[in-house]
Amino acid sequence: MSAVRFIDVRKSYDGRIDAVRALNLAVADGEFLTLLGPSGSGKTTTLTMLAGFEQPTDGRIFIGEEDVTRVPVEKRGIGMVFQNYALFPNMTVGENIAFPLMVRGTAKAETESRVARALAMVRLDGYAGRRVQQLSGGQQQRVAVARALVFEPRLVLLDEPLGALDRQLREQMQYELKALHGRLGVTMIYVTHDQVEAMTMSDRVAVFSAGQLRQVAEPRKLYEEPESLFVAQFLGESNTLSGTIESRKGNQCTVALDGGAHVIATAVSDESATHLALRPEKIVLGAAAASCANRFPARVVDVSFLGDQLRLRLAALGRDDLIAKLANAPGLPDCAPGTAIEIGWRAEDCRALAQ
Amino acid sequence: MPSRNRAYWLIVLPAVLMLVVLYLAPLGDVLVTSITDPKPGLANYALLFTSGSVQKTLLTTARIAGATTLFALLLGYIVAYAMRAATTQRQRLMLFCVLLPFWISVLVRSFAWLTILGPQGPINAALQATGLTDEPVALARNETGVLIAMVHVMLPYAILTLYANMRGIDAGLVSAARSLGASRLQAFRMVFLPLTRPGLIGAGTLVFILSLGFFVTPAILGGGRVLMVAQYTALQINETVRWGLGTMLAATLMIAVLGTLWALSRVIDVKRLFSA
Repeated sequence: MSAVRFIDVRKSYDGRIDAVRALNLAVADGEFLTLLGPSGSGKTTTLTMLAGFEQPTDGRIFIGEEDVTRVPVEKRGIGMVFQNYALFPNMTVGENIAFPLMVRGTAKAETESRVARALAMVRLDGYAGRRVQQLSGGQQQRVAVARALVFEPRLVLLDEPLGALDRQLREQMQYELKALHGRLGVTMIYVTHDQVEAMTMSDRVAVFSAGQLRQVAEPRKLYEEPESLFVAQFLGESNTLSGTIESRKGNQCTVALDGGAHVIATAVSDESATHLALRPEKIVLGAAAASCANRFPARVVDVSFLGDQLRLRLAALGRDDLIAKLANAPGLPDCAPGTAIEIGWRAEDCRALAQ
Repeated sequence: MPSRNRAYWLIVLPAVLMLVVLYLAPLGDVLVTSITDPKPGLANYALLFTSGSVQKTLLTTARIAGATTLFALLLGYIVAYAMRAATTQRQRLMLFCVLLPFWISVLVRSFAWLTILGPQGPINAALQATGLTDEPVALARNETGVLIAMVHVMLPYAILTLYANMRGIDAGLVSAARSLGASRLQAFRMVFLPLTRPGLIGAGTLVFILSLGFFVTPAILGGGRVLMVAQYTALQINETVRWGLGTMLAATLMIAVLGTLWALSRVIDVKRLFSA
């Protein structure tokens, strides 16, 4: 059973531009799904509609078996964590966490034991009487998480919850959130624009751009097998080569680059005009290139030493901005600037994508 | 350093002198007069406990100031709440309308109310035309009239103070409350209303203190029948020439205001309230 389904959802605020369009997405029960995209891509609008703060212009939203499209916010039973925490400054930590239970008329003894359990869950035992202003950013975030989980919602939404924290704390909270998700088995939908965060935490990632869901897949599949140029470029780094598909055989195709050279690639798009996406770390140099389907002479333009890896700028195929990354491992070929060297890559590492 | 300090003092000296000569000295004179005229002692202050007319005046003052505060807060809260929710453009228009009465003299406004609320005024005409009453309702020259006009004068103060407070409240908090299961009413009662408490206390204090010393409005709309402490004081000094009684009432009023502020300072940070 799906925990959440979006069916043909469209949202327009002004009647002209669609903030979200043609959204079809099913979230599995107990899944950790991340909505990833640049600002203005529609990820937050999607979350806002699911929470109930906005209603879709068209389409329907289901939570479990229930059509919640017209159900008001407070009746949806969703736990929500906000970017700025949104803790009530007029209440103590304990009162904040008890809030969802109080508005539901939960008995006092029950409320107290649940609040104590929620505090223990986020490792803030004994903090119930504190004022929220006395807490650090990380502690406030933990209180917000406890408040969202205390009434055992079927679904928890997290809107860039770690955006305001410094990097070290953010990594620790990522780990804690992931652990909580594993322990409670609750469905979590997470919004972020940080791709590393999305990759680390999620079962699946849904990538948005310009109001459209571009691809939803497990992090590794999303990285290795992007289905559009946008996803290839937004997630990690990609070299992009423009050209035209000349022939096709099975899932492989031959692409004539704009510069004249021919490349064998994996065909993803049906259109003849295409962009090849090639990850920098998939380019191999020197003797290792011998076994590759695609081989070209190149010259090293620039080298940056990044410790665990070398980042090379290469001149090849009539351009001088191909990026290659080499792991700093034994057997590195000579690649000082100016060196002429053969480069190569496999057909399956180079994907012919639509714009 | 000391010389620079001296230069600093020279700059503020005129202002300090003016304050001492024109404000503190007369104030001291008032306080001294209240315990020396007609003869030294606390006889004037004893009137607070013995004189029926003094007590009645103080009671009327407290009652009217209290009622004015209550109504100004209630109406002001609604207006401030609406302003907060409005678009920026509407907000500007509403703010303009709130400030508009400040450009008209209190005297003019009071006479305007007298006309509007009077037996031949539009309100009574409308009431009789619709058949709700046969006789004109007494809306002016009594406490009702004073109250209506005073609430009108005080409303901008209440609105502006409450609005400043409400603008500082993160709208996300109400959304958060709703997403956690609170109805609109619960979100308002448990989150928004408590957060406007400083605004309510600030606006309430401001309106109450200003109302205590009101002179023009009750004088005109009370028609001589509603006597508040400022009028009673003026009467003692201008008409009956009982300086001792007049200055004692002025001193009492001042002590009441300071007392109110002191009581307030026990509850909240006054400095923050009025600098906000």
